[in-house]
Amino acid sequence: MTMPRFSTGDDPGASFAELLRKVGIDPFPATLVSASDAQSFPHATTCLALTFDGGVIMAGDRRATAGMSISHRTMDKVVQADDLSGVAIAGTAGPAMEMIKLFQLQLEYYEKVEGQALSLEGKANQLSMMVRSNLPAAMQGLMVVPIFAGYDPLVGRGRLWDYDPTGGRYEERDFVATGSGSRLAGTVLRVGWRQNLSCEAAIDLAARALWEASDADAATGGPDVLRGIYPIVASIDSTGWSRVDDTRLAAMYETIMGEVRTR
Amino acid sequence: MSMPFYVSPEQMMKDRADYARKGIARGRALVAMQIADGIVIVAENPSTTLRKVSEIYDRIAFAGVGKYNEFDQLRVAGVRAAELRGYQYSRNDVDARSLANQYAQVLGDVFSTMGPKPLEVELLVVEVSDVVANDRMFHILYDGTLLEEKRFCVLGGDAEGILKRLEPNFNDNLDVAGAIRVAVTALTGPERTLAASDLEIATLSRNGKRRAFTRVSDDAVAIALR
Repeated sequence: MTMPRFSTGDDPGASFAELLRKVGIDPFPATLVSASDAQSFPHATTCLALTFDGGVIMAGDRRATAGMSISHRTMDKVVQADDLSGVAIAGTAGPAMEMIKLFQLQLEYYEKVEGQALSLEGKANQLSMMVRSNLPAAMQGLMVVPIFAGYDPLVGRGRLWDYDPTGGRYEERDFVATGSGSRLAGTVLRVGWRQNLSCEAAIDLAARALWEASDADAATGGPDVLRGIYPIVASIDSTGWSRVDDTRLAAMYETIMGEVRTR
Repeated sequence: MSMPFYVSPEQMMKDRADYARKGIARGRALVAMQIADGIVIVAENPSTTLRKVSEIYDRIAFAGVGKYNEFDQLRVAGVRAAELRGYQYSRNDVDARSLANQYAQVLGDVFSTMGPKPLEVELLVVEVSDVVANDRMFHILYDGTLLEEKRFCVLGGDAEGILKRLEPNFNDNLDVAGAIRVAVTALTGPERTLAASDLEIATLSRNGKRRAFTRVSDDAVAIALR
């Protein structure tokens, strides 16, 4: 292995994707799959994000489906992007996981090459460009639709963005949901969201939104008490990313299930 | 007709080595030390934006002395080499030894054949591990000579004098603040003093976090030097 060195005009700068292309690796290769094939690949489903007083909550279920079957029960669709932000992803699992990996690498790579981290808005824009690079694959059915959220130290609050498959980037003020269960989860958020929610209340609302999505959408996984698998819920505030642990989620879902029984 | 003048290979190498050594000797020095908490790198550097010490990868740091633009290009090349390897294989497959070899190859090539002039830099590539015995400190000279150092090492101008002052004060039980004091005493010598703002200090911590690299703030340095 030799060290990659470039002449001044040829230097890929702080873009990791550009560096990959220079050394002959295409991070978003052109694909030739039929729409029916694309349906049979594993898909990741429902993710959401909402703001609370001082930050954002991100949450996602754990199920991946391939056609009519459940292909994975423990998929991590919500991951930390860097200290103060996270990314959640719905769509075809393969390219989605690759995009998350590339996005995490890009943020850290930029920080190291340039000597300072990107602004939150800069990060959201980078993800937008990655989604756009994936457009040819998306047209073939390999769709990737992420949510990006984080704490913005420049304005002192949580911010969140959703994307369309063409790379369109939309900053939302309050909450956002994506994936097959997004209408169900989004409705719960719409009804339950208030200004200046506390962190605890926002976590509870996120858990309820995923519960309702899993209750009526076959592709969204609910809490799996039998195997001890719970959705991923994480909060991001000025102190950084922290994931809600499974014991706390188990207790929360126990309460929700008790309420549902007595409806 | 003009005569092509002959320079013996020995003379050419000596001239090139003298040229590179002079360039490096003009720059300010830096010290790296292995201690129980990790690896501490202390550089004399009044600039807060043009860095001599930087993060390469999870547990690997880079430091350079000599000409800034030359070692900074090499730093970026190192980040790229490490990130590409981690992307294609796994984060665990990125190691300091391989990076140091690649640096040695680049410097050696430029020195002996490819460049119009040798690079006026000396580099340090260090990797922290769970135990001191598995730490790695590689020192790469302007001509591609690759040295593996243990416990401590010095790069840059007046390295021998600094080493002489460092050796008697260094011991394996230093904490970070103690290591900073020992390094600063060695860097300054009896005639000079250095303030926190004249220093650039970073550590690779043995704390098990993925990114081991942290910069020590001027405030923390001032407290350590008090």
